[in-house]
Amino acid sequence: MADTAAPVNPASDEPSLVAAPAEDHPLLRVENVVKHFPIKRGIFFKRQIGSVQAVEGVSLEVRRGETLGLVGETGCGKSTLARCITRLYPLTSGQVIFDGADISRLSARQLRTYRRRMQMIFQDPFGSLNPRRRVGSIIGDPLAIHGIADGGERKRRVQELMEVVGLNPEHYNRFPSEFSGGQRQRIGVARALALRPSLIVCDEPVSALDVSVQAQIINLLEDLQGEFNLTYVFIAHDLAVVEHVSDRVAVMYLGKIVELAETAELFGSPRHPYTAALLSASMVADPEKARSSHRVVLYGDVPSPINPPSGCRFHTRCPKAQPICSVDEPPLRVQAGDPAGHVTACHFPVAPGEQLVGAAPPISATATAFAAASPDISEGGGA
Amino acid sequence: MSLLSVRDLTVSFPTSDGVVRAVRGLSFDVEAGQTLGIVGETGSGKSVSALSLLGLNPGADISGSAVFEGTELLALRQDQLRRVRGAEIAMIFQDPLSSLHPYYRVGWQICEAIRTHRRTSRAEAMRQAVELLRMVSIPQPERRVSAFPHELSGGMRQRAMIAMALALRPKLLIADEPTTALDATVQAQLMELLGGMQRELGMAMIVITHDLGLVATVADSVLVMYAGRGAERADYRTIFRSPHHPYTRGLLASIPGAAGSGGRLVPIVGQPPSLIRIPSGCAFHPRCPFAMDVCVRDQPPFVPVSGGEGHLSACWLPPDAVGVDAAADVARQRYVEGRRGPAIARLRAAVAGARPGGAVAHG
Ligand SMILES: Nc1ncnc2c1ncn2[C@@H]1O[C@H](COP(=O)(O)OP(=O)(O)OP(=O)(O)O)[C@@H](O)[C@H]1O
Ligand SMILES: Nc1ncnc2c1ncn2[C@@H]1O[C@H](COP(=O)(O)OP(=O)(O)O)[C@@H](O)[C@H]1O
Ligand code: SF4
Ligand code: SF4
Ligand SMILES: [Mg+2]
Ligand SMILES: [Mg+2]
Repeated sequence: MADTAAPVNPASDEPSLVAAPAEDHPLLRVENVVKHFPIKRGIFFKRQIGSVQAVEGVSLEVRRGETLGLVGETGCGKSTLARCITRLYPLTSGQVIFDGADISRLSARQLRTYRRRMQMIFQDPFGSLNPRRRVGSIIGDPLAIHGIADGGERKRRVQELMEVVGLNPEHYNRFPSEFSGGQRQRIGVARALALRPSLIVCDEPVSALDVSVQAQIINLLEDLQGEFNLTYVFIAHDLAVVEHVSDRVAVMYLGKIVELAETAELFGSPRHPYTAALLSASMVADPEKARSSHRVVLYGDVPSPINPPSGCRFHTRCPKAQPICSVDEPPLRVQAGDPAGHVTACHFPVAPGEQLVGAAPPISATATAFAAASPDISEGGGA
Repeated sequence: MSLLSVRDLTVSFPTSDGVVRAVRGLSFDVEAGQTLGIVGETGSGKSVSALSLLGLNPGADISGSAVFEGTELLALRQDQLRRVRGAEIAMIFQDPLSSLHPYYRVGWQICEAIRTHRRTSRAEAMRQAVELLRMVSIPQPERRVSAFPHELSGGMRQRAMIAMALALRPKLLIADEPTTALDATVQAQLMELLGGMQRELGMAMIVITHDLGLVATVADSVLVMYAGRGAERADYRTIFRSPHHPYTRGLLASIPGAAGSGGRLVPIVGQPPSLIRIPSGCAFHPRCPFAMDVCVRDQPPFVPVSGGEGHLSACWLPPDAVGVDAAADVARQRYVEGRRGPAIARLRAAVAGARPGGAVAHG
């Protein structure tokens, strides 16, 4: 068993609960995970009229001690995938193998042992902390829930955790409102660390923080990873942050992974047109880079996950789309010329050095038309 | 002459906890057709400064001067200001719902904006509304004019708000965190759109943001704010390549991928101060690695320094202490060595005594 306290499951002797030696398998394996949210209508008899396909067949591995970055636009399913991985959501289908054990169908009670080893850190350090409880008891929650330490021992351990994340242990009895945003995020980190997890899924942990404080938290997470041998799944929409913290990066679009590679490889030679567009859109805090880079502006909105496009889900916005793209879904695979770990789901991957062109007419053309055609607006009235 | 000249703007709010001194003697200029980026962390006074210019800060004590095309904005009555707002100076916000009314159709709201300022028939205003929606790349604008704000996606709402702001072709557009809530690809679309409009209409912009990436991309000149004051101001290249102020220097070192940041990030220690109890002297001194005794005692004036033309900084370091590389930091360090005495010693003792392992000590 991977964990001495692994759940005894008398109903079935799932062979996958027996773990192979630690070095042989990744810490986490996600196989074809699907998560749909039903959409219901009706007042008395709720009929299901459709579903939100939030995560649609995601497979990936997370290696021990690495940081896997996860990026994509709002609503593409990052948080949903994170909650499937940590089994905060039941899966619609697919498997989550944690440390060699299949946890995809375990009940809440059976999951307890695994919950100790997988924790989450959330974006909103304000929303996720109960304002009426003292930080000491908030951080001690996981210890209390799992009956690990109580009384003076729990307080001692909580204060030790506060020290580790850079909070003053004397502030044990203070309320969350007495802490700044960055300090509240430290509280979230301390709580996640309490049970000595091996995997922490960080969902936008620094997105709500100011830049100077954001760097403090990023450094803290990096230090803790070394000290406690942690594995991270790190979700963020700031690509520079993801590039900085990740060993490998997965890009999601409308519920699917479209590309996954080592960080330098992905940022250096993106193959999926969506990745290329996303990277070109990100604004780096360096004017030379920011202004020289060729920006691929995508037109149109992300389609609805209730009724996603056929074939390649990106075909409605893709500058390289061909007729086959709306019919055949491209598999996620290693493309010719790429190293083994670099997979891309695209029929016509971006060639190294290729410049994509935006799909719609440039805006200034329309603006010119406006400026020329409506002189009446500029006349009359005014201050 | 500048399109807008702000001098010594001071804004405070009396509250039950004490007086919040949100803006403390801010000065800047905006040139016609140019983009000024105002950057600073949450609470540094960016939004309050902008809102004060337009009389949108009820309950605030405001002093100083803000001259827009020869008119002193701070002396205008509300009804006069209303005429300037929208027609001459338009503003867009982070949250489009704060300027779009939820109960009225988007097209109707744009029509009203036009008809308040210009004598136009309803049909003509509606035609212009459709044109504006098309211009901001809203697909099927003939249909979308009759949509309610909640029927549009976040990105489309933002664009509808921009359409409304541009309806009267203002000379100055103030964009307060225009893209903060948006995805990178939508942000790029919008900034492209605003840039295009700016070129076509010759409009000036103030882009208020905490995102140095956005500033690096769109600003002609940059004003860095700290605790309600201008810390530094220069053209965009100088701000990123040859900053003078240690706060600017610190921001650049703490952002992944920023000019001059290397492997491990170097955060600024501590956090921004409360605007009710602002530190003495230079407000940045408790967090500044170069703080000297004079910094604790006296507020540095906003004066020319040597990074480039028009480069201003409020810091007691010598004017040539500019740059982001190690050599520049060594020079700064050398300068401060002989200038640290009892005041800095007291500061260090206070920090060390307060909290071993505290956020300040850990950085
Ligand atoms: N509980 C739920 N019920 C119904 N739909 C949901 C639920 N949770 C998420 N969704 C939908 O599933 C899709 C994926 O949502 P998710 O929160 O995973 O996105 P995300 O990638 O984390 O986005 P963001 O960057 O905004 O955090 C979205 O369309 C969302 O509206
Ligand atoms: N109406 C108000 N009453 C009291 N304090 C206010 C008010 N509006 C803003 N402030 C305070 O003024 C300071 C500057 O705010 P703001 O300009 O909104 O900062 P930002 O730089 O984030 O835009 C903050 O401390 C804020 O809390
Ligand atoms: S498969 Fe076709 S539509 Fe999809 S990303 Fe590749 S080129 Fe674009
Ligand atoms: S005036 Fe002094 S404390 Fe302020 S930024 Fe300059 S060196 Fe630092
Ligand atoms: Mg999310
Ligand atoms: Mg603001």
